[in-house]
Amino acid sequence: MTAIGIRKRDTRMASEGGHGPQTSGEYIQHHLQNLQVCRAENGEWIWNHCAGNPVAINVDSMAISVILGVVFVWLFSRAAKKSSSGSPGKFQAFVEIVVDFIDSSVKDTFHGKSRLIAPLALTIFMWVFLMNLMDLIPVDWLPMAGQLVGVPYLKVVPTTDVNITFGMSIAVFFLVLFYSIRSKGIGGFIGELTLHPIAPPLKGAGLIAAPFIIAFNFILESVALLAKPLSLSLRLFGNMFAGELIFILIALLGLWQLPLHFGWAVFHVLIVTLQAFIFMMLTVVYLTLASEEH
Amino acid sequence: MDINLTLIGQSIAMLVFVWFCMKFIWPPVMKAIEERQTQIANGLAAAERGQQSLDRAKAESGQIVDEARKQATSILDQAHARANEIITDGKKAGAKERERQLVAASAEIEQEANRVREELRGQVSAIAVASAEKILMREIDAKAHEDILSKLAAQL
Repeated sequence: MTAIGIRKRDTRMASEGGHGPQTSGEYIQHHLQNLQVCRAENGEWIWNHCAGNPVAINVDSMAISVILGVVFVWLFSRAAKKSSSGSPGKFQAFVEIVVDFIDSSVKDTFHGKSRLIAPLALTIFMWVFLMNLMDLIPVDWLPMAGQLVGVPYLKVVPTTDVNITFGMSIAVFFLVLFYSIRSKGIGGFIGELTLHPIAPPLKGAGLIAAPFIIAFNFILESVALLAKPLSLSLRLFGNMFAGELIFILIALLGLWQLPLHFGWAVFHVLIVTLQAFIFMMLTVVYLTLASEEH
Repeated sequence: MDINLTLIGQSIAMLVFVWFCMKFIWPPVMKAIEERQTQIANGLAAAERGQQSLDRAKAESGQIVDEARKQATSILDQAHARANEIITDGKKAGAKERERQLVAASAEIEQEANRVREELRGQVSAIAVASAEKILMREIDAKAHEDILSKLAAQL
């Protein structure tokens, strides 16, 4: 499969690379451009001239991530529907291995009772894994196929779009807030934000300093709180974006791309799995921290 | 690279998928896994029980075989004893029979000898009478001299 993709790329590079209309810079730019639709200032919805416009949707990232989410949900719910306690089929066994792996990972970390956290972890793991896995499809296949049917831009790997990773980490962030407030109450949550790490004095002359200390604590703890979703999303985005960029650069190398692409793809299999696991595990850890009693 | 509405779209999509997973995927798969766990545990326990009963049966059969062997040995011993007894009895009976026959034979021989002796005696007495007749050259009344003749015969 990979070989065909590379050959395709080779012929294109041979015909266009040197003296064609597309330079290397344009090639890379084209690969990093999302297919977008946005609302222009005159109120019309337009395609692809959306730089800097916040009322825009990256159609390719959105569509591919939703398709992959549906694939995950469809495959797993099919296995779940058929699942019986008898001897399992191969796919059911695979699903059960994944589920059991997630379940033991979650149980190692999160000791409370929650119906949400384990399925959340499973969804995050499988979904991010599938989105990352799109990185292993040779970089030109889907964009060129898209161009043939009239789609000008197509960014194949949703997790190389910061909107996607940030969207997921924000959902996680709200869950963290929800779990914090549920286990500690609003008062407890505010207390956690303001009374740590320096306990403000409660009586005497120090009382004057208390508001400053509380303000200081609040700034510190807010940064720590907001850093969680930010680091969660940027870690995944950075890894996948860098990996994708290197695939694109390798695709520019002519014949040398054959061994390099193979080597990087093999290495990337590790990154794909590892980043999905890290995203899942950190989500579980954040939710555990949020729901722990102090 | 800009932040845009995709962010919100992705958040919503994620919550929907998580909800679906929580509702329709996780519980049945977990249920199947747990059921199979109990089944396997039960199966292992049953296998354990089966092994135990097999061991018991083996021990029992060993006992039965031992007992049978003991019985066979004792039967064999009994048979030997019986055979010896029979042989001894037979020997005894044989000896007795031999004795009896010996006694009977000797009695018969005695009888025969007596009979022959009697006969001989009779003949001798007849010869004696005949010789006496010849010697005396006269007839002797056998009846009149019966007592003399039988006395003579008794003396022979």
